[in-house]
Amino acid sequence: MHEANTYLGQNYLVLDASITAEALRILRDEEQFDYCVDLTATHYPTREKQFELIWILYSFARNERIRVKTMIADGESFPSSVEIWPTTNWLEREVYDMFGIRFDGHPDLKRILLPDGWKGYPLRKDYGIIQQDQEWVQINLGIESGQ
Amino acid sequence: MTDPTAYLSHLELGEPDKTFLDSNELIINMGPQHPATHGVLRVILKLDGEKVLGTECVIGYLHRGVEKIAEHRTYTMFNPYVDRMDYVAAVSNGLGYCEAVEKLLNVQAPPRANYIRVILTELNRLASHQLWLGTHALDIGAMTPLFYTFRDREEILKIFEKYCGARLTTHAFRIGGCLYETYDGFERDVKKFLDFVPPKIDEYEELLTTNRIWLERTKNVGKISAADCKALGVTGPVLRASGVKWDIRKAQPYANYSEFDFEIPTGVNGDTYDRYMVRMEEMRQSLRIIRQAVERIPEGPIMAKVPRVMKPPVGEIYHSIEAPKGELGYFIVSDGSTQPYRVRVRPPSFVNLQALDIMVRGALVADVVAVIGTLDIVLGEVDR
Repeated sequence: MHEANTYLGQNYLVLDASITAEALRILRDEEQFDYCVDLTATHYPTREKQFELIWILYSFARNERIRVKTMIADGESFPSSVEIWPTTNWLEREVYDMFGIRFDGHPDLKRILLPDGWKGYPLRKDYGIIQQDQEWVQINLGIESGQ
Repeated sequence: MTDPTAYLSHLELGEPDKTFLDSNELIINMGPQHPATHGVLRVILKLDGEKVLGTECVIGYLHRGVEKIAEHRTYTMFNPYVDRMDYVAAVSNGLGYCEAVEKLLNVQAPPRANYIRVILTELNRLASHQLWLGTHALDIGAMTPLFYTFRDREEILKIFEKYCGARLTTHAFRIGGCLYETYDGFERDVKKFLDFVPPKIDEYEELLTTNRIWLERTKNVGKISAADCKALGVTGPVLRASGVKWDIRKAQPYANYSEFDFEIPTGVNGDTYDRYMVRMEEMRQSLRIIRQAVERIPEGPIMAKVPRVMKPPVGEIYHSIEAPKGELGYFIVSDGSTQPYRVRVRPPSFVNLQALDIMVRGALVADVVAVIGTLDIVLGEVDR
């Protein structure tokens, strides 16, 4: 474990990627965090391990929230948590769609909000705000540019 | 040598005769322009005759990249954008965002601002539920409730318009409190509405609650258990109709909800009818909260001291509220600059929509329409 901390009254854990998958299972099975509120990521291009994955968990029994964070490098994948919380199915697809992080063992990992053939991952910091997949737009929409 | 039974007809084998309709699974596309999908939702249905074997949702038609936009706007500039996600409950969206940023800035909205916030948010919950009831009933085939609910929802929108000039995308709150003081006669208008609407809710119930067609179409349709709800992260009225007494307004109170008395209605069966009953009761509980708030609203400032240029200290926050549709959360990462480093919106509709598949499996095609209605999704929020 790297860090267990509280900021503005909210608890979070920063874990090494190698133990995070197991920790998530323990949090559900032994610590009663039976509701995965959200799974998301943040991109830090200057860090060596560029992506931070964040799970926000809630326990109905304890009325408590906790955040679990882990860092992974670009191109690295992470074990899917669909078996632990089925709700992460679409959430993992969204993280894949927006950041290009792959989840091993996900039943159907494909884009969810963007069209299937789209190139690029919009929520990465190096993706510009008006950037788009020109080729896709020209072929599929029959217009020169979406701008 | 091939199997000798391969050439026998099904009749000779004692099996029911198979026609092309029931021997083949049928793939049917519903949407994205179907009137009962509440926006642009495409559902691919795998059918065996009328029976649904499975579904797949195709979403993203309304994707506008709200989270990306947030990274290129200041905290204040992003505020109006959140109204465009769940556009029938814009006030709730604004409340969640403003409170999240206030937490990051370590600012507390003054008491009067909190009362105004609660009144408007609960009015908006009522408006959202009324819109849900009208369209949901319309989907199932009852046309009258739509006219009744829209007639009464208009009164709420009039109050919004008088308060901030907008009816739907209100942008009613600002980081640190409220920008507008209530107009002359605000309290009178709200009290008048509180007397006006309860008989109207009884009227909706008279049309539906014991209506035989309504019962046939909703009882035991789209059942979901409490365990499935928790596993799938389903929140809001859908979770409560399955028997879980959980509402963020009570579990982890925000604004000043801890000061008000109200009940959390729950259901037993987790079917479409129970969700209907839960939402009807929620409307009445909202009125209870508004009545308490409008009677006790204190005098005082409506805006806390917030810096003109907002630079929250480095850190991150997750703040969630009970939106009309479920848990609406904002996860905001600050890098100490004027623009958020990352804003993640946890939309209730997106997560709830995932439950559609298990709710309609084994049901009839007509029930899919009922279940989409009962989930109360808004595609603007699903796709962001």
